[in-house]
Amino acid sequence: MRRLRTLVLALLPLLGLSGAPAPAEEVVLGLSQDEIPITATFTGSEILVFGAVKRFDPLPAGPPLRVIVTVSGPDAPVIVRRKERRFGIWVNVSSVRIGEAPSFYAVASTGTLAQAISETEDLRHEISIPKVMRTVGAATDNPDAPEFAEALVRIRAEEELYQILENSVAFDDQTLFWTGVFLPPRLTEGTYAVRIFLTREREVVDEYMTLIDVRKVGLERWLHRLAIEQPLYYGLMALALAAVAGWGASAAARAWRG
Amino acid sequence: MQIYLPIAEVSVNAYLLLGMGGLVGVLSGMFGVGGGFLLTPLLFFIGIPPPVAVATGANQIVASSISGVLAHLRRRTVDLPMGLVLLAGGLVGAAVGVQVFTMLDRTGQVDLLVTLCYVVFLGAVGALMFIESLSALRRSRKGSPPKRRKHGWVHSLPVKMKFRTSGLYISVFPPLAVGFIVGLLAAIMGVGGGFIMVPAMIYLLGMPTKVVIGTSLFQIIFVTGFVTVMHATASQTVDVLLALILIIGGVVGAQVGTALAVRMKAEQLRILLALLVLGVCAKLALDLLIEPAELFSLQTRGVRP
Repeated sequence: MRRLRTLVLALLPLLGLSGAPAPAEEVVLGLSQDEIPITATFTGSEILVFGAVKRFDPLPAGPPLRVIVTVSGPDAPVIVRRKERRFGIWVNVSSVRIGEAPSFYAVASTGTLAQAISETEDLRHEISIPKVMRTVGAATDNPDAPEFAEALVRIRAEEELYQILENSVAFDDQTLFWTGVFLPPRLTEGTYAVRIFLTREREVVDEYMTLIDVRKVGLERWLHRLAIEQPLYYGLMALALAAVAGWGASAAARAWRG
Repeated sequence: MQIYLPIAEVSVNAYLLLGMGGLVGVLSGMFGVGGGFLLTPLLFFIGIPPPVAVATGANQIVASSISGVLAHLRRRTVDLPMGLVLLAGGLVGAAVGVQVFTMLDRTGQVDLLVTLCYVVFLGAVGALMFIESLSALRRSRKGSPPKRRKHGWVHSLPVKMKFRTSGLYISVFPPLAVGFIVGLLAAIMGVGGGFIMVPAMIYLLGMPTKVVIGTSLFQIIFVTGFVTVMHATASQTVDVLLALILIIGGVVGAQVGTALAVRMKAEQLRILLALLVLGVCAKLALDLLIEPAELFSLQTRGVRP
């Protein structure tokens, strides 16, 4: 009995009997790495996202299939400050707290993003940066809040933390696709989500998500954790290190001079 | 070689850091200054967040002061009782400074405070040094003797104490006050404060020049050590890896500087140092005065969810 049940469950999607009908075109994904270690010599990392479209039927006629790849880092609160001139110098005067902004966001597509997806689908799946930023939870008591959110996007785009990579997904024979996303050195630790969307006529046909772990490793991890979790011991260790280095330097200099 | 700093969370060139530590080490070897007042702004310029630069600068000074004070202890040019009185004032000043620093860090004004302090103190010290060394140059040409120092109001205050090594019998309040101000500056600017303390000890307290450097180094070790631990616990801004690279560069540089100092003319070097200090001051002042290209800035460190 049990065996039969398993078999039926396995076949259900193929028969189209499950809750949602299986899409005619599905994403099969590969990643160059599913873990990114931040070591002492970390200078950024390029991840290669590649995959194929699996179909049971021949390639349908009509407008071509398009691919969108997004990579998003963990959400974190940010304070955006604005400088104004006061007493002749530029000082931070006003600020807006943004509750949950992705620390990293890249969106790559075949063609332009506008060709690949409609407004409503973009809104539903939160694909483009403006749609992602809509829900970041900027404080609404400040009428200038949108300006601060724009500044956040602008600054992060300059630091390569937010990337719009149009025309950057290669797509061969409507089947094989690949793209590279550069993760800059200034990365926040955490779980990064990679999402792939297949679209046709600007509608999402299939969606796939997988995760990448970005972690400090080795000495970096140990120091960072000690600094946060045991700040007193960390401070004393820093002190001891400086004392030993200072004493050692003095001793070495004396030995060297004779 | 790029190196990723775990607390500053930026990737910088390790050789650049070694070079900066070395340069500051050369200066400290040549002039007997700690060099924190140059190192911390240099760290700002290469993109280290100011709170991290200040706290890590303090840690680096611990190392350079220890290697300096050992030589002075051997020569018996440290006035320990005076050092302890200065230290008492310094610890209170540092504790107040770290509180102010942490509070302003939360409201986003710490960069401004640090930059303003640097502009004011570097400007004043650079200008004084420049004028002083120019007139010293003129004096050495004319050959007239230097002026004698005067004893003023400082010597009429109560609670007097004997400082044998310095040959002084003065009130404890002036050294306590000097120590307090230096401690405050150490916490806010990430400097040892020697550039304030040394002139204050000579001109205000009337201490003999030969014990001034050793005694100030003695006080600086403990004050900057205290500041390091306070910053580490209050705002987690001490980057050990950054400190270590700077220390290595500084240690080598200091030896080079000591060797160079023997061969060069002090007055001309002082003018160069003064110009360097004024240059850094001008750069920081312009950053405050000129409208920045980007008016907005982001803060993620220490933002509670």
